[in-house]
Amino acid sequence: MENAKKDRRTLCGHLRLNCLKICRYFISKRPFVIIVHQDKIFIGNNYNFAFPSPLAQNQKEVADLKTIIVCLKQAVDVSQLKIDPTTGQLLTASAPKKISDFDKNALEEAIRIKERIGAAEIYTVTVSSEDAKPVLREALAIGADKAYLVNDQSLQNVDTWATAYVLAETIKKIGKFDLILCGETSLDSFSGLVGSRLAELLNLPQINSARKISIENGNVTAERTLESAYETLKSKMPALITVTREINQPRIPSLMMIMKASRKEIVTWTTTDLNIQKEKIDEKVEVTEVLAPKTKRKKIMITGENTEEIAGKLAKALIQEGIIRR
Amino acid sequence: MSENRGVLVFSEEYDLMLEMIGKGREIAKELQTELAVALVGSNVQKKASELIKYGADKVFLVDNPALERFQAERYLSVLHNLAVDYKPDILLIGSTKNGKALAARLATRLETGCIPDCTRLSVDKKGRLIGERITYGGNAIARVTFRSRPQIVTIPAKVFEKLEPRDRNGEITKLDVKIEDPQTEIVETKPLETSSRNIEEAEIVVSCGRGLEKKDDKILLERLAEILNAQVGNTRPLAEDRKWFTEWVGLSGHKVKPKLYIACGLSGIIQHVAGIRDSKIIVAINSDPEAPIFEVADYGVVGDLYDILPALTEALRKQLS
Ligand SMILES: Cc1cc2nc3c(=O)[nH]c(=O)nc-3n(C[C@H](O)[C@H](O)[C@H](O)COP(=O)(O)OP(=O)(O)OC[C@H]3O[C@@H](n4cnc5c(N)ncnc54)[C@H](O)[C@@H]3O)c2cc1C
Repeated sequence: MENAKKDRRTLCGHLRLNCLKICRYFISKRPFVIIVHQDKIFIGNNYNFAFPSPLAQNQKEVADLKTIIVCLKQAVDVSQLKIDPTTGQLLTASAPKKISDFDKNALEEAIRIKERIGAAEIYTVTVSSEDAKPVLREALAIGADKAYLVNDQSLQNVDTWATAYVLAETIKKIGKFDLILCGETSLDSFSGLVGSRLAELLNLPQINSARKISIENGNVTAERTLESAYETLKSKMPALITVTREINQPRIPSLMMIMKASRKEIVTWTTTDLNIQKEKIDEKVEVTEVLAPKTKRKKIMITGENTEEIAGKLAKALIQEGIIRR
Repeated sequence: MSENRGVLVFSEEYDLMLEMIGKGREIAKELQTELAVALVGSNVQKKASELIKYGADKVFLVDNPALERFQAERYLSVLHNLAVDYKPDILLIGSTKNGKALAARLATRLETGCIPDCTRLSVDKKGRLIGERITYGGNAIARVTFRSRPQIVTIPAKVFEKLEPRDRNGEITKLDVKIEDPQTEIVETKPLETSSRNIEEAEIVVSCGRGLEKKDDKILLERLAEILNAQVGNTRPLAEDRKWFTEWVGLSGHKVKPKLYIACGLSGIIQHVAGIRDSKIIVAINSDPEAPIFEVADYGVVGDLYDILPALTEALRKQLS
């Protein structure tokens, strides 16, 4: 009996929320009925209106997913890297930066989840020794609701441990969340460790390299391709998932979205705001050298009068290499 | 000086573990220390003596039905226990997707560093491990070393070679370890239709890129592959954008090191090249004389793959008969 009363109250509240739609209906037609059936509420004799019942949602989680956090790295755009012709050094400092591709997939996935489920807020978190605001504006234009940037000089040359540590402290300060999404690796350093490290620091269940994600009843299910098997894993939320590039095709923001993004908030913190002691983010590993890979190749171009001649010469060369056995 | 000693090897993939034992032996010898292997799973005890033949001094055997399938928290608790009790100086962990997540979480639990996907390992004068790995999207090789202990590295398949098995002395220690409950549940697993390892082991690979106009045109490569007893591969856009295939060769896909790699209608963008760099001979067939693939090729042909491939297949058929 108590329960029935409570249910009725929830329902009335829900109807009030949707009253605009219902009023419009009133004006046009009457009499009308309200039917609550399973997970839907129908209004009108011909079921003209239907919305999900809040009672059903209680069991179905849907409304429970409130906050998705996406970790975004500002990475070196590796396709625009140049090599100093005299020293042979890689010019990483002057190379343009962008959101690491894999993280863009994570952001896109968060937006798609939000579009399916509604209600969720998407926050991005970035750790950088540089002012990454221009890159974060793009994330806001694509669809994030708010961006957090931890930016100070002590974050120069941080390794995966320190990055994950600062991300973890930032997320703790942000507070409650249901899902954390990260790219499975980063465009420039290609380590693929930060997501797992972060999960460990926050003591979260973790699924890496997901190429499909679905959410139901407070659980998240992810499909992934391992070296010799497909695997589907399920976990309670909150959880951390890293995504592959196959999972989706990130959208390109429209001019409208870009303009709207300028009104969204970028919260900037330093490690001091997060009470992070310097020793905690000392390097555990150190990069001693970055070398351009050497390739010694023969670079013999095979030419000829016609295709047959060229093919004949190539076949002969390969046989002479001793790789192809007669 | 840290009190950590010895090298500990682990992978859930048996062959990869043998390869790492091969390299681990070398490092252990240089550091005058011992090489231990964590043999973890269900019903695996029969493999323990074989690991000694392949080069292990010690085998820590953790055999438990709960370890039948790889589940992150279960395996993590086993490795964490071993790392705390045995205090290895170096941990070599196989760079599978599961192995990498395990290494990252273990390194975090132990508040130490991790160098992923090392393609080369050495020891410096101070006895520190130096790992080499590909970074900047294949544009560079980084040399990385440790400032923390234990030193954890992950190693991809086919980077190092296993030793010839022989009779050696070693010690097998059976351990009872407290195993954590998993936080994720395996809903389903099914084997990959194509064994992804085939291409990594192939002696000859014939690969195509976006120069291929239709999925069915792959038959041109397959005909050539048949004569050469080769495996057929492709670039990532054919999988990711066109959805013709599910796998690809390259930095983020399969790394191959065949004796011969024939690249047809692919431009040779750095991320693809990073996965074929260890090939002995590279042949490039591309209609664009400026294509970067020619820079990393031993033999280059400027031409249409639709003409060259059938002609090459025919020429080889003639010359080989
Ligand atoms: C982080 C990251 C990771 C990546 N990892 C990988 C990876 O692991 N593997 C991978 O392959 N890619 C990877 N890529 C993608 C990579 O950057 C390139 O986009 C891709 O390799 C290009 O594929 P392609 O050579 O098939 O296509 P294109 O670059 O479009 O090249 C097609 C080539 O075919 C030639 N061609 C066209 N028609 C013909 C014809 N009839 N006959 C002969 N030649 C012809 C053209 O001249 C051209 O050179 C990655 C990208 C990123 C950002």
